Amino acid sequence: MPVEVQVGRLISKALCYIVLVFGGILMVLPFWWMFVTSFKLPEEVFTFPPDFFPSVWHWGNYLEVVKAVPFGRFFLNTFIVSSVVTVGNLLLCSMAGYAFARLKFSGWELIFWLFLASMMIPGQVTMIPVFVLMAKLGWIDTYLGLTVPGLVGAYGIFLMRQYFLSLPIDLENAARCEGATEWQIFCHIMFPLARPALAVLGVFTFMGAWTDFLWPLLMTNSMNMRTLEVGLSVFRSQYTVNWPLQMAGSMIIQTPIIILFLLTQKYFTRGIALTGIKG
Amino acid sequence: MKAERTWGYLFVLPAFAHLLIFAVWPIFFVSYMSLFKWELLGGKADFIGFTNFLRLTQDTAFFNALKNSLIFTLGTVPISLVISLALASIMARPAIATHLFRTVYFLPVVTSTVAVAMVFSWIYHPEFGLLNYGLRLFGVKGPNWLGDPRFALFALMLMTIWKGLGYQVVIYLAGLSTIPNEIYEAAEIEGINPWQRFWYITFPLLKPTTAFLAVTGVIGSFQVFTSVYTMTEGGPLRSTDVVVYHIFRNAFERFHLGYASAQALFLFAIILGATLLQVRLLRKEVAQLAC
Repeated sequence: MPVEVQVGRLISKALCYIVLVFGGILMVLPFWWMFVTSFKLPEEVFTFPPDFFPSVWHWGNYLEVVKAVPFGRFFLNTFIVSSVVTVGNLLLCSMAGYAFARLKFSGWELIFWLFLASMMIPGQVTMIPVFVLMAKLGWIDTYLGLTVPGLVGAYGIFLMRQYFLSLPIDLENAARCEGATEWQIFCHIMFPLARPALAVLGVFTFMGAWTDFLWPLLMTNSMNMRTLEVGLSVFRSQYTVNWPLQMAGSMIIQTPIIILFLLTQKYFTRGIALTGIKG
Repeated sequence: MKAERTWGYLFVLPAFAHLLIFAVWPIFFVSYMSLFKWELLGGKADFIGFTNFLRLTQDTAFFNALKNSLIFTLGTVPISLVISLALASIMARPAIATHLFRTVYFLPVVTSTVAVAMVFSWIYHPEFGLLNYGLRLFGVKGPNWLGDPRFALFALMLMTIWKGLGYQVVIYLAGLSTIPNEIYEAAEIEGINPWQRFWYITFPLLKPTTAFLAVTGVIGSFQVFTSVYTMTEGGPLRSTDVVVYHIFRNAFERFHLGYASAQALFLFAIILGATLLQVRLLRKEVAQLAC
């Protein structure tokens, strides 16, 4: 290979790296800024030029935040709500997805089409009637109100159906010949086989429920029922000018999500492949 | 088989019941509510026919919110598509640490919108914010981003692009990975330059991906809520009052549930219309997506 070509390649590679690293810094900088600010004293933040490293690390901000609002309780609520919603989706979406992929019953096309069409309905359009329904049932400020509307999603059904379609049919037929019922086949053969798709659906659902905002905002009004996102928003309105405390609160919310994402990130890319978006 | 049919219905039943209660019924009920003067705390609702819709046509505050949402959509979707496609193309090149960059760029996507909104409020601080500090290094005096009606919506758009970019990059990367290498090799033999390579091969082959991102991007932009609620509360001077926030306030702060229902239906029509229009324009590409 001639030297000029080699040099040219090296330069273009270096340019690519410069662009990506610069962009990457822009992506990470707000998180760093949140982290640094959360350790400063309130008066320390109003300095010019800003300090990218605090002179002293004030852990006290975190103590103050935890004392000001019940973040432990928010955490528990969010965990309960996200877990229930995730379990519901895993079970109900895979059951429906399995039926749409494998079982023949009249009218299935119409029902499946209804599910797909429901993906076009934005949650903001249905929130008013569903809110009225929840109020009628007395479910406002309860776990029922927070979880039941999210127990199944058309997206999950679609994802699970795609996955079941890709599995070989021989196993089921063998089990059917042995006299197993459809429920046994589903529980003992198909559900375990769908583990890769279930992992994707589980991670997506859990993270989605964890960071949901508008619905928990409508559904809760006592401090005891707030989720982390809504609780943080309430906390913000109480400490509007205290930036270090605000940033410490944000850090408390942000850190578990980031850790969870780093642990499960392969499912995000796999999920995109599974939904069948082709280039 | 009869047993199979019964099982089929049984498996679908829980999800179907949920669909009827939380998607089908609400669409009918929100239409019903839009015909009433329905106050959250007002006791009995009065039937008023299409009065809410007539009121809607003369509601300048609602049109202001629609205008803001439109600006928001036009200002975020195309720009973030261009940036994310450029970034993904660079990231997909051989000998680049794709995994590392993908993780870094995806980080803002998964994190809490409220926390992100709070740190951006701080970054946008007029005197001590990071953004105006950066601008001052270049000799520019930055504005009061969230306090000035001329800049507040722009500031929200900037944050939204930052937060959503990684998602689009990841989808584009998935699209790029499906383009077979042979096409590029053949083109190299023909002696085309990198620009032609992008413009005549990569971009056309990525059209389905672009179509998908455009549709989901427009839908998402019309649904923006959390950042507005946390950062500006629609202000200053209603300059960031977007449709969903406007509906939320009408329904749950002013308690005009009937009127808000009419507005929600209007929003539904817009989103549906925009989606169908884009699907029609990009039909070929979307058809490929569906299979």
